[in-house]
Amino acid sequence: MLEDYVSNMVRNGVVMRRRRQEGYDGFDLSQRDRAQQAHVLAVDDSLVDRKVIERLLTISCFKVTAVDSGRRALQFLGLDEEKSAVVDGLKVDLIITDYCMPGMTGYELLKKIKESSAFREVPVVIMSSENVLARIDRCLEEGAEDFIVKPVKLSDVKRLKDYMMRDDKTINKDRCLNKRKLRDPSTSPPSSHSPVSKSTSLSSSQSPVSKSTSQPSSPPSKSSSPQLSESPPFTTSPPPSSSASTPRL
Amino acid sequence: MDGGLDLLQKQLVDYVASLFNEFNQIQSLQDESNPDFVVEVVSLFFEDSEKLLNELAKSLDQQDVDFKKVDAHVHQLKGSSSSIGAQRVQNACATFRHYCDEKNIEGCLTCLQQVRNEYFLVKGKLEILLKVTKQSTSRHSYSQLHS
Repeated sequence: MLEDYVSNMVRNGVVMRRRRQEGYDGFDLSQRDRAQQAHVLAVDDSLVDRKVIERLLTISCFKVTAVDSGRRALQFLGLDEEKSAVVDGLKVDLIITDYCMPGMTGYELLKKIKESSAFREVPVVIMSSENVLARIDRCLEEGAEDFIVKPVKLSDVKRLKDYMMRDDKTINKDRCLNKRKLRDPSTSPPSSHSPVSKSTSLSSSQSPVSKSTSQPSSPPSKSSSPQLSESPPFTTSPPPSSSASTPRL
Repeated sequence: MDGGLDLLQKQLVDYVASLFNEFNQIQSLQDESNPDFVVEVVSLFFEDSEKLLNELAKSLDQQDVDFKKVDAHVHQLKGSSSSIGAQRVQNACATFRHYCDEKNIEGCLTCLQQVRNEYFLVKGKLEILLKVTKQSTSRHSYSQLHS
């Protein structure tokens, strides 16, 4: 009888959570998403973390390839010295990598990816157990889309979809254009939505802080997103709702 | 039924429930399509942690302790405990890292003991969690819950 009670509690708890997630997913997935699952390359030297991130990504309906080092990630992408791509016409929609790894850090991996012509447009997200402002800034300046403080939550992963709405060919062109504008300090592009997206998607309590202060590669896109209507002035001003800007050090 | 037994049962149920709360992040990642996730990730955690604890003991036993290496191991352990939801191990690791920074061998040894204790405590809890999880997945079919 006790076992039944506990079993039911476990099952209901687990299933209820799952149902909620499924409901959320069902609401979010567009026709296009359903047709082609986005492919995420996850890089983490920790066995446990790799398993968890893989699961988080799978639950969020991504296709996942998980590797244990920056070296292997480069091999997979065909960016290593041997230039050996694993799959012809490899499509990677997002790369999520741990920062602290032996050999090559996530930051070094980020740099290599941004230096490559084939993959520089792929959004890269950094994960770290340490919430160090200088580290976050450095990564964002190098072109990372986001910086997630571990432990990674489902809400963090669900947010990744935002960085991938640029699968659309038409948006890709604009993004390249805007990115170049953003890198040039003398011009101010019409919209930088990333700070906006940070302030409106407050599902994760660990959303990166300093995103609003350095925006070298903030992507435009999201023309369909309602958030664009409240796009803040460019440069370094914080987003309207400043809760995401509160330093959490 | 006997009142005392009821109380004990309630306490046990509450305790088990608290375990689920503590590790609910990991729990929530399991579902019918991945019924072994909790077992797998917890087993990985056990393997990984015990290997790290052994490495730590070895490293601290050297003539010339390589504090950088020790710190790297503690960092790893801290990371995986955080991912699993083992808060106390994580906290003990944080303290450990301070002593590594200070290159304080005595402090490190004390911390290793602390971390070890916390680890075995959480291991016990996780083992109970695994047992109960296994029982509930084997006794019922998930389809029953959807009816």
